[in-house]
Amino acid sequence: MIEIKGLTKKYGSFYALNDINLTLQEGTVFGFVGANGAGKSTTFSILATLLQPTSGDAFVNGKSVRTDPSDVRKQIGYMPDFFGVYDQLKANEYLDFYGASYGISEVERKVLIPQLLELVNLSHKRYEYVDLLSRGMKQRLCLARSLIHDPKVLILDEPASGLDPRARVEMRDILKQLKGMGKTILISSHILPELAEMCDEIGVIDGGRLIAHGSVTDIQAQLAGERHITVKAKGLLENVATFFEEDPFVSSVELHTEKNSVTFNYRGTEDDQINLLKKAMDHSIKIISFSETETDLEDVFMEITKGAK
Amino acid sequence: MKQVFSNPVLVKEIKLRFRSPKSFIGILFYLIAMCIFVFGFILLTTQFSGTGYFRPEESFFMFTMLTYIQLGLILFITPGLTAGAISSEREKQTLNILLTTAQTSFQIIFGKLTSSIAFLLLLLIAGLPIYSMVFLFGGVSPGQLGIIFLYFFLTMLAIGSIGIMYSTIIRKTIVSMIATYGTMIFLSAVTGFIYLVITGMNTMVSGSLSSSPVGHFFASINPVVLVLTLVSPGSDTFITDTTKVDFPIWAGYAIFYICITALAIFISVKKLRVNMKRTK
Ligand SMILES: Nc1ncnc2c1ncn2[C@@H]1O[C@H](COP(=O)(O)OP(=O)(O)OP(=O)(O)O)[C@@H](O)[C@H]1O
Ligand SMILES: [Mg+2]
Repeated sequence: MIEIKGLTKKYGSFYALNDINLTLQEGTVFGFVGANGAGKSTTFSILATLLQPTSGDAFVNGKSVRTDPSDVRKQIGYMPDFFGVYDQLKANEYLDFYGASYGISEVERKVLIPQLLELVNLSHKRYEYVDLLSRGMKQRLCLARSLIHDPKVLILDEPASGLDPRARVEMRDILKQLKGMGKTILISSHILPELAEMCDEIGVIDGGRLIAHGSVTDIQAQLAGERHITVKAKGLLENVATFFEEDPFVSSVELHTEKNSVTFNYRGTEDDQINLLKKAMDHSIKIISFSETETDLEDVFMEITKGAK
Repeated sequence: MKQVFSNPVLVKEIKLRFRSPKSFIGILFYLIAMCIFVFGFILLTTQFSGTGYFRPEESFFMFTMLTYIQLGLILFITPGLTAGAISSEREKQTLNILLTTAQTSFQIIFGKLTSSIAFLLLLLIAGLPIYSMVFLFGGVSPGQLGIIFLYFFLTMLAIGSIGIMYSTIIRKTIVSMIATYGTMIFLSAVTGFIYLVITGMNTMVSGSLSSSPVGHFFASINPVVLVLTLVSPGSDTFITDTTKVDFPIWAGYAIFYICITALAIFISVKKLRVNMKRTK
């Protein structure tokens, strides 16, 4: 659905984007994480045909942003990180204008607009002037606007920035609904945990390079490198510890006699971890609990972006 | 035709323009000023000429004055209406979204241009009843007025296109305004001055008059000269005498401004969106 090939954007000698390669299947919700100035908005602007790449190309549903920008525009709904609204225009007229801009007939617009306002919980603000709406409401209205032509792909640049916690949850619910409709969604954010919850895949960008891409758990494993595991067991803890120490993926084993537990860092994949647990059972180690201490995604993010600089 | 009126930008702009009371107040003031001028003029001439009635020559003079007032109106309002058309959207950060819609660049530019011109046309048409007072007293033919309005329309179109073009290629509205007003002043005043200098030099250097196509060109593209030749057709010969070029002013003017309009619209359409194709 989305294919980005060797995308590079230079400003003078500065690389805002450096050889980005990315392929996303239809229906994927992709979270794009990176620090300020990493290149998220630049990537999205190119996908939205607003910025000319220095080299490389991006394809939306097989259409190149370089050679068929007008076809690309029809397939995407784009929400920029910063945007304005027209004053003197009411919420329903705002949507009506953009609907007309996509060549949607007046009859269809009449049906569609109330539905969209309902989706983003703005039905009660239908006849309100858009410039008088609160920031979060404008954001939701802009999301509704990006949906007006029923695009297959949504490109949302920090849709949750500036929203209060409640509005964030609401935004997340809306996005889940859209995901349910089978849309391919690209969302950018600084906040990894926020994305992790609703995304299928995560891409981490830093300094214009895509430094990691994969499922949320993959990313955690790949980048944090290690999971922190706590095993609570009965019997001689020393034996338990020596058993785990033999595993090639295990490191820094610690004994906590007072808690009847052993902790260690684990580097293997999830499948490896399942096998490890099986092996432990086979060795008749009396495990009470085997749990992974959640690595803080925030820490992961800090770790990644520090490494790449 | 239906496509023209269903242009989303045009529809929205007109909606916005007539929603703000500013537009109505503008039209109102314009009409009041015109009325005061016309009735004041009639009153003065009938009261103080001693004859007690209004003569065709006076009616003709009033017609000329009215035409120049309207020309001035067009020259000064068109840049203001168009020079911010695109750049103000850029400043308000609504342009990006507009550019990602399915509208073609031409549709957007066309919508912006026609909505500005529609407002000006409304101004002119609102003033038409006052104009028709002149016919009541004779001295001017309706055909003449028709031609003048046609040229007004062309002038609006050309200056409007120039405004839109600057607004597209210049980021800041203020700079675009300055550029548009600058161009307008060049076309309506500086060209006349150049014409005078060229023909003046011509007589001084060669003693007798030699042919001066450049001088004629600058006279032809000057709206003030054009209006003069339109209201009093005889004045054409003066330009021909001084430049020794026998080409009708109205034709030169029409050709030049049609070309300018086409060029400005072409540049605007090309520059509105970034070129996504490989440059190097
Ligand atoms: N017009 C420009 N000229 C020069 N440099 C630019 C220009 N636009 C963007 N940049 C640079 O490109 C880099 C990437 O910017 P971008 O807006 O894509 O970052 P971002 O990941 O969206 O950041 P944020 O999280 O702050 O939104 C930044 O270093 C920025 O300074
Ligand atoms: Mg950004």
